[in-house]
Amino acid sequence: MQTNDPGNKRVLDAPTLIWGLIFGILFGFLLQKGGATKYDVIIGQLLLTDFTVLKIMLSAILTGMIGIHLMKSFGWVQLHPKAGSAGINIIGGLIFGVGFALLGYCPGTIAGAIGNGYLDAAVAGLAGILIGSALFAAAYPRLSQGILKKGDFGKLTLPQLFKVNDWVVVIPVAVLIFFLLFWLERAGL
Amino acid sequence: MIEFLTQARWSPYAVGIGIGILSWLTFLISKRPLACSTTFARLSGLIEMLFRGARVDQKPYYQKVRLVIGWQMMLVLGIVIGSLLSALLSGDLQWQWVPPAWQSSFGDNPLLRGGVALLGGVIIAFGARWADGCTSGHGISGTLQLAVSSWISAICFFIGGILTAFLIFGLFA
Repeated sequence: MQTNDPGNKRVLDAPTLIWGLIFGILFGFLLQKGGATKYDVIIGQLLLTDFTVLKIMLSAILTGMIGIHLMKSFGWVQLHPKAGSAGINIIGGLIFGVGFALLGYCPGTIAGAIGNGYLDAAVAGLAGILIGSALFAAAYPRLSQGILKKGDFGKLTLPQLFKVNDWVVVIPVAVLIFFLLFWLERAGL
Repeated sequence: MIEFLTQARWSPYAVGIGIGILSWLTFLISKRPLACSTTFARLSGLIEMLFRGARVDQKPYYQKVRLVIGWQMMLVLGIVIGSLLSALLSGDLQWQWVPPAWQSSFGDNPLLRGGVALLGGVIIAFGARWADGCTSGHGISGTLQLAVSSWISAICFFIGGILTAFLIFGLFA
């Protein structure tokens, strides 16, 4: 299995880079067509007045989840779940959320916002993201010995947690997402 | 055929299904999930390297997140290009400092908007590194793999985001 370990190279091989660029162009095109590159759409989601972001995310999760698990059962792909802990995911997630509401873009959609011509993203937001990343790198040695270890559960998926076959989780989650989207439409949101 | 490319907006479901299919392809061809935020950590480290040289590689965080120009950095560059293409095709490219929803609540001062965006950028990046992922890596790619870390993170992104949005729009608008 490919581990995507870069070795000692500073710049990875050309096919890897070209595929990344192609997938990125498609992703950016879709995000812009969905309106997710816009502050108004993202802040509308967080103020619960515009559910575009949730609709995009849930339909992506639904489509992606079924396809990836089918391909996994054929042996075509392997999963790459991220390891986590209560300290990492709860506290990090809440900090992220505070920044999300202030910035009105996220790290992926800010790239799309830059392509869309939004200068608050291209100048101020991007500078902030680079500074925040550097601050974390500086704080990492201390954090990694303490709070990031709290409540560690490693690389765990929901089927592993419940000790069941993947489809025992995939199917109910798919049904739940489908009905949530259906309800959002019915409620006129 | 060409008309749908020039539309300003597509149905969010069409976009979501498209992103879902895109995730199949990234798993199949590149053996990687869609994710963005690590790129900014690498960019930040590479910029630091311009001033301090190769010893930046030795920082513990950059031992974990190697300072390479790789798949994900090209993905993020591609997002800029793809969004630009889409906006050009539909005539939706705008040079804009202050978004309309911000302006109607907080006024049209670009310095105020820029200052809050800068602060928000610092916090969201710190949080993305802390949580080890963002709205794409955890919010879409991790949740669709049913990763526990990603479901917890994605739910906390929105709890933090919704509370903060209501707070700032409730108190200051």
